[in-house]
Order: sequence, then structure tokens, then C-alpha cells
Amino acid sequence: MLDGLQRLGQAGLRFFERLGRGHILFYYILAGIPSVLVRPRLLLQQVYSVGVLSLLIIVVSGLFVGMVLGLQGYNTLVDFGAEESLGTVVALSLVRELGPVVTALLFAGRAGSALTAEIGLMKATEQLSGMEMMAVDPIKRVLSPRFLAGFISMPLLAAIFSAVGVMGGYFVGVGLLGVDEGAYWSQIQASVDFDDDIINGVIKSLVFGVVAGWIAIYEGYDAIPTSEGVSRATTRTVVHTSLAVLGLDFILTALMFGEN
Amino acid sequence: MPQSDTPPLVEIRGLRFSRGSRMIFDGVDLDIPRGKITAIMGPSGTGKTTLLKLIGGQLRPQAGSIRVDGKEVHKLSRDRLYALRKQMGLLFQSGALLTDLDVFENVAFPLREHTDLPETMLRDLVLMKLQAVGLRGARHLMPSELSGGMARRVALARAIALDPMMIMYDEPFTGQDPISMGVLVKLIRQLNDALGLSSIVVSHDVAETVAISDYVYLLSGGKVVAHGTPDELGGDQSEWARQFLEGLPDGPVPFHYQARDFAEDLMAGTEGGRE
Ligand SMILES: Nc1ncnc2c1ncn2[C@@H]1O[C@H](COP(=O)(O)OP(=O)(O)OP(=O)(O)O)[C@@H](O)[C@H]1O
Ligand SMILES: [Mg+2]
Repeated sequence: MLDGLQRLGQAGLRFFERLGRGHILFYYILAGIPSVLVRPRLLLQQVYSVGVLSLLIIVVSGLFVGMVLGLQGYNTLVDFGAEESLGTVVALSLVRELGPVVTALLFAGRAGSALTAEIGLMKATEQLSGMEMMAVDPIKRVLSPRFLAGFISMPLLAAIFSAVGVMGGYFVGVGLLGVDEGAYWSQIQASVDFDDDIINGVIKSLVFGVVAGWIAIYEGYDAIPTSEGVSRATTRTVVHTSLAVLGLDFILTALMFGEN
Repeated sequence: MPQSDTPPLVEIRGLRFSRGSRMIFDGVDLDIPRGKITAIMGPSGTGKTTLLKLIGGQLRPQAGSIRVDGKEVHKLSRDRLYALRKQMGLLFQSGALLTDLDVFENVAFPLREHTDLPETMLRDLVLMKLQAVGLRGARHLMPSELSGGMARRVALARAIALDPMMIMYDEPFTGQDPISMGVLVKLIRQLNDALGLSSIVVSHDVAETVAISDYVYLLSGGKVVAHGTPDELGGDQSEWARQFLEGLPDGPVPFHYQARDFAEDLMAGTEGGRE
């Protein structure tokens, strides 16, 4: 009984300790951002490896998700004779929800895990220590550029995901199932509101970008510097990011679209 | 302590440091004189690497003080500590090369980070440093394409890139063939004398190290057990010094990591206990 309590207390303390370290690191990463802005080459390299290299998986997934939306949406709408509204269904689900959320989940699997493994291995092979001894701050040189790159890439990737998804819905709905082409596009034009939908979607992506980048970098930087430690940290990145993104998505949706 | 009129470059007093419950340093006093090569030797696991990291300010002692060039390392602000580190080169035991950069860029790294040199001058500097360690031809190789000994030499070129006032070598000789060993020994001596550097060499290679060093500290069991010039140590009849310098298996320096009695440990297995 006492043993159990003790263990619970220990686990609790460890949790809060990690949370505390995570926040301190977050603060240092933010403090390092100005020095990244004056060295755009560092940032561009990272935007390339974090963002551009994630493009393929985002485009392919976006296409399939849009096609499935087109198919499912059509099957439901056709019962009500409302298949002309297919464009609305596809575009709104993508822009409001699936774009930001699925992009963030894919990002965690593709870029987040890579970030954690890279930083964890740099720690394990003393590269970070070596930089410190060369009077180069690894937080500014290594962590901040990667964080900023994730923050910039996430909304762009989500936008691409949504755009490709709308095209996917178009191929299936208009191309295969015979929804009127003009109706598809004009429905989208009429129903997608810039402030309510697009901006809110972008806000979600930015929040997910912060969370995904932060978790991936923290897990790498805090990893136990062994192969096993790094592999565990990589797994934790994907799991924690996914949970955080889904949880935050609910909260953000409630805040943004709750009243109406 | 070595005798000299100028204050020492590194001055360590009453240093205590432990990892968990294991005491690594228990009251170490040590001076590193300027312009000389000082060797720090001791059995594996005594904390030589730890000592270098303490001097570099990467670890914090539990008690005692470490002064480098008159500045107390662990009381400096972050900016000052970084400024001081530009003056110190540390050659990591593992090399610690940046794996995403090739040899040339690794050596250029500290120069790019800390100076605004034009590209042609930077190139000349890097090639000079690489020439010194005999790897100018390997400049396009990636760290994964280097042998352990080559990686160590690239790391050395990088450590001297900023022309520091002191260099700490952690096991520079391991993994070197006799030729590059000889070259390295000469190089360490040359760098020290020509550039007016101060050097700390941590090594197990007794013969090579004693041959180039001006002063030797022997560490064991968290304390300095002997120190002096190589000649003095050669004449030192203390058991510690004899055992270490001559590589005898029996003596006061234990070969084993601390453990309970071997027979007792074996018996414990029959009772199914692993603790
Ligand atoms: N990160 C760490 N966590 C806990 N203990 C450590 C850590 N690093 C080193 N130690 C312990 O500190 C002691 C000193 O280690 P250190 O690496 O300084 O030894 P060393 O003298 O450099 O040995 P070697 O000659 O084999 O390189 C060792 O007993 C080791 O068990
Ligand atoms: Mg060592």
C-alpha cells in the first residue's frame, strides 16, 4: 500500500520534473530564434529537411483522404438529393479538421521522429558536447532552427494537404460519380469562409507546429544517450505528439466552432 | 606542485565530484603550468575525462574551485564561459566530429561560427590545419568514412582551428599506428612550443606521454597519488608510481571496478540472489 503510494509519488515527481525541463528548454529554444533569423541559410536547410522532404507523404495522403471524402460524402448526400453540396463537405472537413490534424500526425511520424533520432544521436556521440566546448551553443545552432522550420512548415504542409484533398474529392465526385463540376467549385467558394475556416485552420496548424516541434526536439535533447534511449525517445515523440495533437484539436475546435 | 613564478594556467583546489553515490574526485589539488605539457595519467575509470569536462565547465563540481587563466570557471556567466571556451581546445576521446559535415567543414566549423573570414582565407587556414595532421587529402571524406585514428586527427585539427591558448587532449594516441603516433607526439610538442600553447595530455600510453610531458600527475581513487617531472617520477619509489609506470598487475591500484568479494559474489548465485 505504502509502496504503491510511494511509487505513484515518484512517477508524479518524475513527470513534473520532465515537464519543467521541457518548459525551460522551450524558453531557451525561443530565446535562440533571433539568432536563427540572421542566418537564413541554417533555417533554409532545416525547412528543406523538415518540410520539403515531408511533401511526398503529405501529397499522397492528402489525395487519398480527399478521394475517400468524395466517395463517402457522395454516398451520404445522394440519399438526400444533396450531392451538389459535395464540394462543401470535402472542403470544410479538410480545411477545418483533417488538413491540420492529419498533417500534424504525418509530420510526427515523418519529421518529428527524424528530429528526435538526429538530436538524440548527436547527443549520444558527443557532438552537442563538442559544440559546447567550441563555444557554440547547440540550442541556438541545432535546436532553434529545427523548431522554427517545423513551425513554418506545418501550416504550409497543411495547406497543401487540403488543396490536394480538394482535388482528390473533385476526381472522385466530379470525375467518377458525375457531380456537376460548376456546382462543386461554386459550393466551395460559397461555403468556405476566410476568417472562420481558413484562418482557424491555420491557427490550428501553427499550434500543432509548436507542439510537434517542441516534443520532438525535447525528446531528442533529453534522450538517454544510448541506442536504446534514442529509440525509446523516438517512439515517445510519435506517441506523445499524436496524443497532444488530437487532444488539442478537440480543445481548439470547441473554442473556435463551439458557439455555432 | 610544479615550481614557477607565473601563476598557473589552471588551478584546481579541493575538487570534489561524485556521480550518484560514487565519489570520483575527493579533494584534488592540481596545477597546470603555462607553456608546458602536463600529463594526467591514471587507471581507466578514475575520472580523467571527467576532469577535462570539469575544467571545460561542462560539469559542475560539488565543492572546490577550478580557475582557468585566473577566472573561476563555475562562477562565470554563460557568455564569459563561452568566451573562455574559445581559448580552450578539447580533443574528445571519441572525436565528436559533426557527422553531417565533411572533414573540411568540420575543421572550418569553429571558424565559420566565430569569425567572418573571407572564404579564401578560411580555406587556407583549414588546409594548413589539415596539413599539420596529415589529412589534407582526406578533406572531402565524411566522418563515417574515417578510421578511428583518422577521426581523432581531424578532431585535433578542429581543436587547434581557433588557435586556443590551451589544448586538452583526451587519449590522443589510442588507435594510432606507430607512424602517426610518432607524428602526433611530435605535433603536440611542436604546437606547444611554436604557438606557446599549454597542453594537457590524458593518456594511458605511459612511454609516449612521459617522453613528451614536462610534468606528470598520477590520479587514482579520486586523489592525486603522485606528481612530478618525468625524472622525479622515475626515481619515485612509491608503490603507486611504480605500479602504474611499469604496468604491474599487482599493487595498490586495483584493476577491478569496486565490487564485493568474488567468492561471496559467486556463492550468492546459488541462493538465486541477484540483488
Ligand atoms: N554519464 C555518466 N553517468 C554516470 N557515471 C559516469 C558517467 N560518465 C562517467 N561515469 C563514471 O565516472 C567514472 C570516471 O569516468 P571517466 O570517463 O572520467 O574515466 P576515465 O578516467 O576517462 O577513463 P578512461 O581512461 O577509460 O577513458 C567512471 O567510473 C564512470 O563509471
Ligand atoms: Mg576517458
